[in-house]
Amino acid sequence: MSAPIVRFLGVEKSYDGVTPVVRHLDLDIARGEFLTLLGPSGSGKTTTLMMLAGFEVPTAGRIEVEGRDVSRLPPHRRGIGVVFQSYALFPHMSVAENVGFPLEVRGMARAERSARVARALEMVRLGGFGERRPAQLSGGQQQRVALARALVFEPSLVLMDEPLGALDKQLRAEMQLEIRHLHEQLGVTVVYVTHDQEEALTLSDRIAVFHHGAVQQLDAPAQLYERPANAFVARFIGENNRLAGTVSEIDSEDGMVKVALAGGRSLWAMRGDCGTAGARAVVSVRPERIALAPGPAADLSEDAIPARVVETIYLGDHVRVRLALEGGAEVMAKRPIAAADPRLVAGAEAAVAWQPEHAIAFAPEPGD
Amino acid sequence: MSARTPAGRLGRAALWAVTLAVLLFLVAPIAAIVPLSFSAGSFLHYPLPGLSLRWYREFFESAFWFDSVINSLIIGAGATALATTLGTLAALGLWLARFPGRGLVLAVLIAPMVVPSVVVAVGLLFAYAPVGLANTYAGMILAHTALASPFVVVTVSATLAGFDRTLLRAAAASGAGPARAFRRIVLPLIAPGVTAGALFAFAISLDEVVVALFLAGPGQRTLPRQMFAGLNEHLSLAIAAAATLLIALSILLMATVWWLRSRSDRLAGAADRV
Repeated sequence: MSAPIVRFLGVEKSYDGVTPVVRHLDLDIARGEFLTLLGPSGSGKTTTLMMLAGFEVPTAGRIEVEGRDVSRLPPHRRGIGVVFQSYALFPHMSVAENVGFPLEVRGMARAERSARVARALEMVRLGGFGERRPAQLSGGQQQRVALARALVFEPSLVLMDEPLGALDKQLRAEMQLEIRHLHEQLGVTVVYVTHDQEEALTLSDRIAVFHHGAVQQLDAPAQLYERPANAFVARFIGENNRLAGTVSEIDSEDGMVKVALAGGRSLWAMRGDCGTAGARAVVSVRPERIALAPGPAADLSEDAIPARVVETIYLGDHVRVRLALEGGAEVMAKRPIAAADPRLVAGAEAAVAWQPEHAIAFAPEPGD
Repeated sequence: MSARTPAGRLGRAALWAVTLAVLLFLVAPIAAIVPLSFSAGSFLHYPLPGLSLRWYREFFESAFWFDSVINSLIIGAGATALATTLGTLAALGLWLARFPGRGLVLAVLIAPMVVPSVVVAVGLLFAYAPVGLANTYAGMILAHTALASPFVVVTVSATLAGFDRTLLRAAAASGAGPARAFRRIVLPLIAPGVTAGALFAFAISLDEVVVALFLAGPGQRTLPRQMFAGLNEHLSLAIAAAATLLIALSILLMATVWWLRSRSDRLAGAADRV
């Protein structure tokens, strides 16, 4: 791998000197990658982005861009494109003047400037909109203008702070694809902030999951979903069922642990960040990994858990089945509509099972 | 209570009567002076013996009046330029920076608006005389700048309150330094507020008489100061012409402020609709 374009080295940020907003962040961003900072509000993701843009100064540590320490460099000298959630278009300028502003600042001659502006507007499918005012455009169009303005000066790094947060669902999906295509076309490095996990999974090469000012896991979308590092990531990305228990046995060769569930039954699971024998643990299973069948447990498999259907929810393309397990815990299972079994109605006897490699044992989150 | 009942109709009539009485009370003194300036006679009383423009002719032909108009314009223009520049910068600084004592700084800046002008005038005389600023244009301009600046600070601050700070970040991310961001982004957007502040500043300077009484030498007498002198020394109806001109100018200034305000409201409204 070539040298990272951005390096966070021990970066910390606190606004009041007491409460840390970002704690000791070490993060390398590869050239050309699409990296998303994902987390709930107040997790430090936006502050991290703003420090990279230069709008916030780290309390400690260093940020390097292209090998140069930029921690104290004012934002207008960093040459980084930024797209804001509120679009932040200049209302007194036309669309073309907005997009041309970064070029005007760089002293580019008028003729070349208008050629570049036209190309940039073409790129975001707004050719011919140059003379309009921002107020005459829809939200999606305004955000495309903001994209064009952030890309027109060909920065090698573009930051996006929840750029689709103000758009409705359908438009958001459309714009996600558009942003992905722009990234593929231009080869620019994108650092993207969102609290929408689906958006993060759609767009990113890698996702850094933030919580309490620290990166919980930095991984490709599939790894993040299939092998979450801890209970928070498992809970935040996708849905999951959580079964409380105690670690009873460790098989370090296969990376498996045996967990005694609160209901008395024991089962094997992949070893997440749970402790050693005797430690409390939470076993996480994705709803789509749960196999279920009507009738007694033994019919499904020998480790199947007897259960009773609490309710089924029809969602068009799939059905959700909520089940009460023997021992009292509840799980949610998800079946594609083609695999739905009409016998699984509320009150019916059923059995559930899953592969041990689809269950992961984590240390409980504080508060669990 | 409906307007259709007799009591309702009576109530509405009373409301109209009181409203008209208040308006009359406010406008009558001003309205009374205007016809007098067109009088063909020489006395400050009604009925008018006839109509003429003789007092306007006297006003524009006599050095006594005309020089004071020039003085008012010089001092007004100087004070407006200074107060607008300083007031805008002060408002911008107070808007951008969050520092302890910000409220105190604002209070000091606004003080000339609330302190009785005779107190300010005495203070200025004592402060300016030793450094040779009494009886000079520079002294009058500085004094009027101090009096007019708060109005600029207030109007510009009001405009900045609605300014989206993200635009500053967008400007910086586009590569614009603070000076360019101010010139290309902030100033064009707050221009209506700055212009309104400048008009207020000019109106304040044009109206001001107390400081002029204390601080202006015979060479710097402004129009209101000369009217004051005119009343005491040689009463002529040219004073009514001067008053009428002042009224007309003030109405023009306020109308411009009003027009600017409705225009910027319309622009803001257009942006909100989308």
